[in-house]
Amino acid sequence: MALTSQHDDTAERSSLLRRVFFDAKIRAIFLQVLTVAGVVGFLGWLINNTMTNMAARSLSAGFDFLDVSAGFGIGFTLIPYQEGDTYLRVFTVGIMNTLLVAVVAIVLATILGLLVGLARLSTNWIIAGVARAYVELLRNTPLLLQIIAWYFGVFNLLPRPRDSVVLAEVFVLNNRGFYMPSPVAEPGFGIVLTAFVLSIIGAITLYKWEAARRDRTGKSFPAIPAGFAMIVFLPILVYAAAGSPLSWDVPALQGFNFVGGVSVPPSFCALIVALAAYTSCFIAEIVRAGIQSVSKGQIEAAGALNLPANWTLRRVVLPQALRVIIPPLISQYLNVTKNSSLAIAIGFPDLVSVWMNTSLNQSGRAIPIVAMTMAFYCIVSLSVSLVMNRYNRRAQLKER
Amino acid sequence: MLNCQVGLPTPGFYSLAEDGTWSGADVDLCRAVSAAIFGDPDMVEYQSVTSAVRFTALSNGESDMLSRTTTWTAVRDTQLGLDFTTVNFYDGQGFLVPADSGITSALDLDGATICVLTGTTTELNLADYFRANGMTFTPVTNENVNVLVETYLGGGCDAYTNDKSGLAARRSAFPDPSAHVLLPETVSKEPLGPVVRQGDDAWANLVRWTVFGIINAEELGVTSANVMEMTASADPNIARLLGTEGNIGEGLGVSPDFMVNVISAVGNYGEIYERHIGENTPIGIPRAGTLNALWNNGGIIYAPPFR
Repeated sequence: MALTSQHDDTAERSSLLRRVFFDAKIRAIFLQVLTVAGVVGFLGWLINNTMTNMAARSLSAGFDFLDVSAGFGIGFTLIPYQEGDTYLRVFTVGIMNTLLVAVVAIVLATILGLLVGLARLSTNWIIAGVARAYVELLRNTPLLLQIIAWYFGVFNLLPRPRDSVVLAEVFVLNNRGFYMPSPVAEPGFGIVLTAFVLSIIGAITLYKWEAARRDRTGKSFPAIPAGFAMIVFLPILVYAAAGSPLSWDVPALQGFNFVGGVSVPPSFCALIVALAAYTSCFIAEIVRAGIQSVSKGQIEAAGALNLPANWTLRRVVLPQALRVIIPPLISQYLNVTKNSSLAIAIGFPDLVSVWMNTSLNQSGRAIPIVAMTMAFYCIVSLSVSLVMNRYNRRAQLKER
Repeated sequence: MLNCQVGLPTPGFYSLAEDGTWSGADVDLCRAVSAAIFGDPDMVEYQSVTSAVRFTALSNGESDMLSRTTTWTAVRDTQLGLDFTTVNFYDGQGFLVPADSGITSALDLDGATICVLTGTTTELNLADYFRANGMTFTPVTNENVNVLVETYLGGGCDAYTNDKSGLAARRSAFPDPSAHVLLPETVSKEPLGPVVRQGDDAWANLVRWTVFGIINAEELGVTSANVMEMTASADPNIARLLGTEGNIGEGLGVSPDFMVNVISAVGNYGEIYERHIGENTPIGIPRAGTLNALWNNGGIIYAPPFR
């Protein structure tokens, strides 16, 4: 009896072992655990190795420097900053400046790229030729070179503050920057803002109502122009009725420079122009490729149905072109964000310049600072691609 | 080979000739250390990097020593893994402005746009000076001194600030040096000297005592011209300096007569000064009556004795 029982135990155990060894699912789990342990172990070793070596070189590690006063000035900030503020504040200033450059450059590059892309498809050979020359010239030279060329060749050669170029009496351009009047809200301006928000909501509602009615009855109605008119004119009417509750802070020459209004330094102008122009070439090619990917038959079919030209573009060509345009466009937007770090060459205080260069040197904390910078770029790039991929999923051809 | 780090070419301190050879006051210190170790001043590999990455290049072992107008500060000495050996030039920060700007004092600079090299003590002193005097300024920063100087010359800033020696050196290379003036204020203390990596005390000693050696040589009247005759000198101070008496070289791990090699290669402190940055050079920084004169001549250049 005892013998049999022992035999059963052994058989059971060996079959369990065999099951564990041959079961694909259990094996997969085992391998995954092994991989995770390996990765975690490697990271741990990497961090430990870094700490040990830094200690051996008597370098300070850690993030305790973040609340130490930085003590240097920054030429351009979106948020208030003083020389006595902390390194953490410097990091925030750098992030804001980088995001500003990225957003402005992306908007300009998209508009410019769309125009140049359409121009390349023009049947007028002069327009098409000029667009082609623009694309080939700009995309075949290094971006760093273009940034430096715009800085030294254009914005640094502008007249000094005393002989500034003044446009429309309020816009000032000189070698210290571009100055614009800034709006100053006065009591009652809240009503105008409310009217603006309400009119946007109204326009969207109108568009949805029109689409539903068109689906139901087949009758159309120019909802888009009507919506735009609403967004533009309603706030203006309210503004006038409220007694123009807005004044302008106009820049004026005082001492060395213009004071008042908002201003951007020449390095910002050079960076934006160079980034927008360079990226617009790639966007132009993407737009051209997207539109050309829509087969001619589609446009001819739209013509045969007697669709108006703008409907052909909006409802036939663009929906099909967009699914080709969006994915490479995402890459271009990410490129602009990352390329903005070339600002360091002309001294615009973006994140890399003000954080990974100035702060790194003043505090000497190379590893935490580089890690924080990399984390920022990683998060921004991943967020941009997340949003754009969502949009891409909507624009994609639905295949069932 | 000695990996000696200098800065981006700057007249007087580390300038690069068209044939690729380096010369200048700080370059002579690299040559002096090379002569002390190898008996040959040319066993040097020069590394020219921007000021922003100078300490990284030293602490990761790329450079053996830094000889490039670097200010000795507490944070640098204690937190960056650096060891400042000694001071071989006492400098102070000043401002350079166009002569036709009508500015006569740094206190006139309220609201000005100022060009400043990033990652330097200059950048911090600038902010401190304006804060202390209740003035505002807009910095135009860059890590490349050449970009900054171009911006200044193009009128992109009202003033350019740096150590006064650096300003004088830069101005000497301007198209029209007389069109720019140095403001009288000195807004900081900038003790400059060679730097080594922390943790190698024997190496720090060698660099430090090479500097002390060339200072002592000037004090004792030993020059590159008379060093060979001086080896026969009866003065025990000179005999110890030149290694004919005592064993100072042994303690430093070099040959007893290492200072003979150093002095015949680069000369004494005064010779180096007058050759590269003194009054008879385009840089023209006077020495007499300044901090950089010898201690027995009204200055504070003072080296511990060779004994």
